[in-house]
Amino acid sequence: MKSILRLSVNGKPREDAVADNALLIDYLRDTLRLTGTKQGCDGGECGACTVLVDGQPRLSCCTLAHSVAGRDIETIEGLSHTGNLSRLQRAFHEHLGSQCGFCTPGMIMAAEALLRRNPHPDLPQIKAALAGNLCRCTGYVKIIESVEAASRTEELAA
Amino acid sequence: MNAPERNIVTLKPASEPRGVGARLPFVDGVEKVTGTARYTADLPADGALFGKILRSPYAHAELLEVDTREALALPGVRAVITGDECDMPYGVIPIAQNEFPLARDRVRYIGDPIVAVAAVDEATADAALALVRLRVRELPAYFNAAAARKLDAVLLHDNKPGNIERAVHNEFGDTAAGFAAADLVREDNYECAEVHHAMMEPNAALAAWDAERGHLTLWSVTQVPYYVHLTLARCLKMEAAHIRVIKPFIGGGFGHRTESLNFEVICGLLARAARGTVRLLQSREETFLAHRGRPESHIRMKLGMTRDGRLTACEAEVVQRGGAYGGYGLVTILYSGALLNGLYDIPAVKYDGYRVYSNTPACGAMRGHGTVNIRFAFESLLDSMGAELGLDAIEVRRRNLLVAPTDTINGLKVLSYGLPDCLDWVEAASGWQARKGKLGRIGHIGRGLGMACSHFVSGSAKPVHWSGEPHAVIILKLDFDASVTILTGASDIGQGSSTIITQVVAEVLGIDYSRIRLVANDSAITPKDNGSYSSRVTFMVGNAAADAAANLRRLLVKAAAKRLDVREHEVDWLGEAAAVLGDPERQISFADAVEEALVATGTLTVKGTFTCPPEFQGGKQRGGAVGSTMGFSYAAQAVEVSVDLELGKVTVEKVWAAVDCGFAINPMSVEGQVQGAVWMGMGQALSEETVYENGHHMAANMLDYRVPTIVESPDIEVHIVESIDPNGPFGAKEASEGPLSGFMSALAAAVEDATGQRFRTLPITPVRVFEALNKKPRAAKSPVASAQGAA
Repeated sequence: MKSILRLSVNGKPREDAVADNALLIDYLRDTLRLTGTKQGCDGGECGACTVLVDGQPRLSCCTLAHSVAGRDIETIEGLSHTGNLSRLQRAFHEHLGSQCGFCTPGMIMAAEALLRRNPHPDLPQIKAALAGNLCRCTGYVKIIESVEAASRTEELAA
Repeated sequence: MNAPERNIVTLKPASEPRGVGARLPFVDGVEKVTGTARYTADLPADGALFGKILRSPYAHAELLEVDTREALALPGVRAVITGDECDMPYGVIPIAQNEFPLARDRVRYIGDPIVAVAAVDEATADAALALVRLRVRELPAYFNAAAARKLDAVLLHDNKPGNIERAVHNEFGDTAAGFAAADLVREDNYECAEVHHAMMEPNAALAAWDAERGHLTLWSVTQVPYYVHLTLARCLKMEAAHIRVIKPFIGGGFGHRTESLNFEVICGLLARAARGTVRLLQSREETFLAHRGRPESHIRMKLGMTRDGRLTACEAEVVQRGGAYGGYGLVTILYSGALLNGLYDIPAVKYDGYRVYSNTPACGAMRGHGTVNIRFAFESLLDSMGAELGLDAIEVRRRNLLVAPTDTINGLKVLSYGLPDCLDWVEAASGWQARKGKLGRIGHIGRGLGMACSHFVSGSAKPVHWSGEPHAVIILKLDFDASVTILTGASDIGQGSSTIITQVVAEVLGIDYSRIRLVANDSAITPKDNGSYSSRVTFMVGNAAADAAANLRRLLVKAAAKRLDVREHEVDWLGEAAAVLGDPERQISFADAVEEALVATGTLTVKGTFTCPPEFQGGKQRGGAVGSTMGFSYAAQAVEVSVDLELGKVTVEKVWAAVDCGFAINPMSVEGQVQGAVWMGMGQALSEETVYENGHHMAANMLDYRVPTIVESPDIEVHIVESIDPNGPFGAKEASEGPLSGFMSALAAAVEDATGQRFRTLPITPVRVFEALNKKPRAAKSPVASAQGAA
C-alpha cells in the first residue's frame, strides 16, 4: 500500500506516493535519487545512512519514511546547496577525513548536527557524537582533525 | 608570473603545492564529501532486475537435487540459475582454480551459493528462492585445521590429500648450525583469530547484457577489474572482447576484492540468463560470507640468539585454516615464510607452512597479506628473548639490522632501508628510554609501552598472471584544449592512487593540476592494470606515469623549440610556459606549446610503462619469486596502553608510528594510510574475530564483528622517513600495509609492561586479560571470573 508522504528534503517541499513500509533511506535513494546517503550494513550497525531530521542525526535505514512526515530532512546533497562546500565538507576534503568516502556522508551529517548544537566541541564531545559512525580507512585521526578544523572556520556565504 | 592567471576551484590548496611532495587533497575528494561520488549500488539502472542468491544452509553436503521448477514458474521471475549454468571453476591463482560461482555437486560452507534468481523486485526474488527445493546428503564438516587434517577426514577437494591445500617446506642457510651457535634458544606458540576486512561498502554488482550483440558490461566493487574480466570470460565462455568491466567509486577493499568473487560472476550469469540488466546487492552478512580475510593461524616460532642479541637462526611452523576454496591461499602460506626475511639480518631460516581446507568461508588476501600473524609471533619472541638477555626491545632490534644494499638469504633485494631512522624517531617521540617499564600503576589502571617493527613489499615483482606484458601501463591524452587526460586501469579504492598518479604527471610535466583529468577503470577506455593489491600501485603505476609524462614532455619540448625557433636543448621547460634558456623574455604558454605539438598530428596519446627487471623477480630456488619486490617499506611503532586491571580492558592511549616509504609523494595521504593500517592492526589485536559455531558465522554484522569505533581509537602520530629508493618513482615505496603488522606485538608488549602478562593469543580481549590476571589466586573465589570465563 502506498500513501502520500509530505515532507521537506534539503529545503524543498515534497509530496510523493510512498509505500507504507518504505524506509527513509530507500525513499531518499530510490525515489529521490539522493544516493549520497549510503547503506553500509543490514540495519543500524554502521551509521553510513545518517541524515538529519529536524536537525537531529537519524539512521535513515531504521526509519520508516512515513514516520518523518511533515519533518525537515537534510542529506549530504543539501549541505553544499549554496554552491560552496560546507565547512565540514571542505575540512573533510582538505584534511583527508575521507579516504574511500563511503562513510563520509553519514559522518559529515553526524558532525553537522554536532557543530550546530555545539560549535566548538572538545575531543570527547566529537568522539561521543561520532560514536555510531564506523570508518574503516582512516583510524578516525583525520576525521577528528577535520571536525576540529571545521569548528574553527565559518561557513562561506552563498 | 609567466603562466596566465588560472581559476582554480577546489583541487589546489592555497599553499600552492606542486607535484610530488605536496599535501594535495584527493583529486576525487570533492565527489566524496558532496555525496555525488557514485558507488556501484548508486548507479542509475532503470528497470534493472533484482538479483538474489540462495546460499547453502549446510556446512558440507553433496547436492543431490536442486529443483527450481516452482521458482521459475513464479510470475515476475526472469531467470533462475544453478551450478548447471557454469562448469568452469575459477580462482585467482591459475593453478588453484576450484571454486564455481554456483555450487555444483557439493557445498562446502554455510553460505556457498547454490541458486540465483533475477526478478522484477526484491519480494518476488525472495519468494522465488523460497520455492527452491534442495535434496542433499550431508557430509562431515570441519571447522578448524586440526579436525580437517585428521586421517579419516572426508576430503573437501579430492586432489588434496589430508585436506592440505599447500604444504611449504624450505630452509635458507643452516638453521641447525645457527641454533648450535646460539647462546639462547626459545620457542613459543602463537594463535591468531581469523579477521575480516569489513570495508564500509557492502559488495554489489550491476550487469547489463546486450542481447542483440551478445555483449556484457559489468560494474563491480572490485580492486582487480582485469581479473574479474578474465574470470567472466572464463566462466561465461565469452570472448574477452565482448566484455566490458567498469569499476566505479568503491568503498574500500583491504584485500577482500583482490580476486574475483562469486557475486560478480553470478551477476553476469544472471544478466545473460535474463537477457537484461541485473543489480545484485549483497547484504552485510553476505559480504562477511564472501570473506577472503586473514586466516586463523597457529604459529610455532623458534629463535636462536647470541648473548649479545644477534639472531642466529629462525624456525617457524604455520598452520592456516584456509576455508573452503583456494583463492589466494597458497600465496598467503608462501608469503608467511618468505617475508620472515627482509626485515632483519637472519643468517638461517627454516619454514614449514600448511594451508588447510575447512568448511568455512575461504580466506584470502588482507592488508599485510601473509606477513601479519607471523610478524606478531616473531616480534613477540624477539622481545621476550631480548628481555631474558637484559636487552631493551629497541636495542635488540638495532643489533639485527640489515645494511642496504643487500640480498637476503632467500634472494630478496633490499636497496633502501630506513628502519634505523624509524627506530630512532619512535624511541625519541615515545619517550621510550625514560618511560618504558616506568609508567607504573594508578589505582587499578596499569600502564605500559611496547614497540615492534614490520615491513611489506611494494608490489610483487612476479605477477600472478605472467603474460610478458609490462607490470604497468599509463596512457596520456593531450588535446586541443591544452588539457591532459590520464587513462589508467589502476583502481583507486580509497587509498588515493588516482591522486598519486596525478601528482606524478603534474610533477614531470610541471603543469597545474587543474589541467589534468584522470579516467580510471573502464576496460573499453583505460589500459589494463593488474589491480590494487600488494601495494603495487604507487611503485609500479607511479613509475609508468612518470615514464608517460616524460614521453609527453619530450614531445612538448620539441614543439616549444619549433615555436620558439631554437634547438630542443635550448628550451627552458617551465611547465605552464616554455622559455628560451638565458632569454626568459622569449617564451610561450603551455597552450602555445600544445598547439604546436598537435600540428599535422592532431590529438596526442603517449604511453608509459614499467617493468620489474628479471633480477628483481626472485632467486632461482623453488618458491624464489615469493616475496620478491623492488622495494620494501619499513616501519617501527610504539604503543602506549592503559589496562583496567579489574576489568581486563585494554585501552590504547597513543601510537607513534614511523614509516620508511622511500619518498612521500603525498605526505598527507601517507599519514592517512599509516594511521589506517596501524588502527586496523589495533582492531585485530584487541577485538576483531570471526566466530563460527557449527559452521554458522556468528559475527556477520558490524556489531558482533567488533571494529573499533572512534571512541576507543587513539591518536596515531606518524613520522615519515624518506630513504629514497633507487627504483621507486621519485624514490617512493609502499606505505599502507607494512605498518599494520607491527601493531599486535607492540600492543602485546605494552600490555606486558602494564600487567606482567605476555599474551600470545589474538585478540587480546577483556575476557582473556581478565582470566590471565585472575588465574591463580582469584579464579576460584571470583564469581565474576567464572561467569566471564564461560562467556
